[in-house]
Amino acid sequence: MGFLHRHRGLTPYLLLAPGLLYLGVFFAVPLGFLLYQSLESGNFDVGYSFTWAWGNYWHAIRGYSSQFARSFEYAGLATVLALLFSYPLAYWIAFRGGKWRNLFLLFIVAPFFVTYLIRTLAWETILADQGPVVRFLRDIGILGSGGRLLATSVAVVAGLTYNFLPFMALPLYVSLEQIDQRLIEAAQDLYASKWKAFLRVTVPLSLPGVVAGTLLTFIPAAGDFINAELLGSTNQHMIGNVIQSKFLELIDYPAAASMSFVLMATILLGVALYARAVGTEKLTG
Amino acid sequence: MSAIAVSAARRSQDLAAAWAFVRRHVLTVYAMLGFAYLMLPIGFVIAFSFNHPQGRFNYVWNGFTFDNWKHWDGVPGLRSALVLSIEIGLLASLLATALGTLIALALVRYRFRARGATNILIFLPLSTPEIVLGASLLTLFGNRQISNVIQLGFWTILIAHVMFCISFAVVTIKARLIGFDRHLEEAAMDLGANEWATFTKVTLPLIAPAILASMLLCFAVSVDDFVVTYFNAGPRVTFPVFVWNSARVGAPPQVNVIGSVIFIVAVTGMVANVLVQIRRQRSAATV
Repeated sequence: MGFLHRHRGLTPYLLLAPGLLYLGVFFAVPLGFLLYQSLESGNFDVGYSFTWAWGNYWHAIRGYSSQFARSFEYAGLATVLALLFSYPLAYWIAFRGGKWRNLFLLFIVAPFFVTYLIRTLAWETILADQGPVVRFLRDIGILGSGGRLLATSVAVVAGLTYNFLPFMALPLYVSLEQIDQRLIEAAQDLYASKWKAFLRVTVPLSLPGVVAGTLLTFIPAAGDFINAELLGSTNQHMIGNVIQSKFLELIDYPAAASMSFVLMATILLGVALYARAVGTEKLTG
Repeated sequence: MSAIAVSAARRSQDLAAAWAFVRRHVLTVYAMLGFAYLMLPIGFVIAFSFNHPQGRFNYVWNGFTFDNWKHWDGVPGLRSALVLSIEIGLLASLLATALGTLIALALVRYRFRARGATNILIFLPLSTPEIVLGASLLTLFGNRQISNVIQLGFWTILIAHVMFCISFAVVTIKARLIGFDRHLEEAAMDLGANEWATFTKVTLPLIAPAILASMLLCFAVSVDDFVVTYFNAGPRVTFPVFVWNSARVGAPPQVNVIGSVIFIVAVTGMVANVLVQIRRQRSAATV
């Protein structure tokens, strides 16, 4: 401890060193390996060698543009649906939940207590052809007699929405709960209607939660392959499915690595633009 | 005739009252429906753990039975997968929380140059899609020189889990440290405690709830992880990997049993925690 006393300026670095070193070796360095591999050429039988093969990126974007587009489309839809669904719910818990608020919050995080794959399999059961939802939709005529939900984009988007909902609802709740009720009362004292007070006071004050929630939902949803695999068919495959099969089944590392990088770069770019549009303070809190 | 008019008037009054009730409570009704939607698949998981499936697929309700609960490990490989998940979860939550606590202390307590860069390094793993995390680690472990030293299996799973848990740990503990009264530590030092004694006798007990919360969160995240594990598990099978493999040929109802048990244990813990909080608030209010 005498050493620490003499070198107080070193203390934060000593505290940081083990954790940051770990993240450096097992997060940053692997990304470097991935980048390196994305520029290799060759095939599994003869092996891959580094050749600055930028063509991999071209092939990734050209050959799989529909899967990329689908990933962002599905993830965007799921994010919007999750926002529309959870805002009123989070609002109700924050403003009407009373002292049981924390208990109601449990309902929101409850999906997280069931293993991700198991709850997706449960949706497979619910949306199955013999399942209750399809039977009901066929009875009221929305689906034809042979109509189904599994293996359609409806099922995949529904699965994505449900699976990442807590990521949306929790930050929304946190930002709504912090709102000073007196501000809303003040707006109403100044003759704002309830609706106007909500739009001009509550919504702007809850924006940090909206921003955090949309990012936390969109990012994992865009890279997901489980929902498309279990609830969809090859027609609903997202870029995650392609990366997964190229890596683990086809052993085409350079192609899979370049796709991973395109996915990550697109997401980071999107996050940066989004952060710029809404202001960075809201992003980092 | 007047009787009819009166009853009609009363009915329209009733209707108006009902409409006013609905309007006042529309949000509450919505919230209840929302909760029902959130619980729906969980209900299915629990219900189908009691199903007596016909054939391989546990999709159609075919009769109630306790057999799946009695013979929960009647499926080969399930028990060892569960044991592996718990082992990895315990070790990963312990290691990640230790590393995360140190980082959080540095970030909250000290002003130093690399603060911004550190915050970004903590934020990045959280904002990287899991598939990229898993794939990049696989390219590291799959490298010829490195795979001579460490092969895909227990240790690579553990390394991966600690990696993505660190950020969760830092975020959880930082939140608690920010609201921390530093005067308590200064008082201890004034009373002659050295830095180590102050840390172990004052700081650590005060942030103990945050450390516990971080370990629980890391454990939950680790036990639930599929994507990163799937890429880096090699021949080893964790519980989510077991579910994935069995889903292709029809998941046995025992998977639902384990899912239900995990759910019930987690919810019981959370409800107990909430009730303790409410009681504490109430006793604080009466004092």
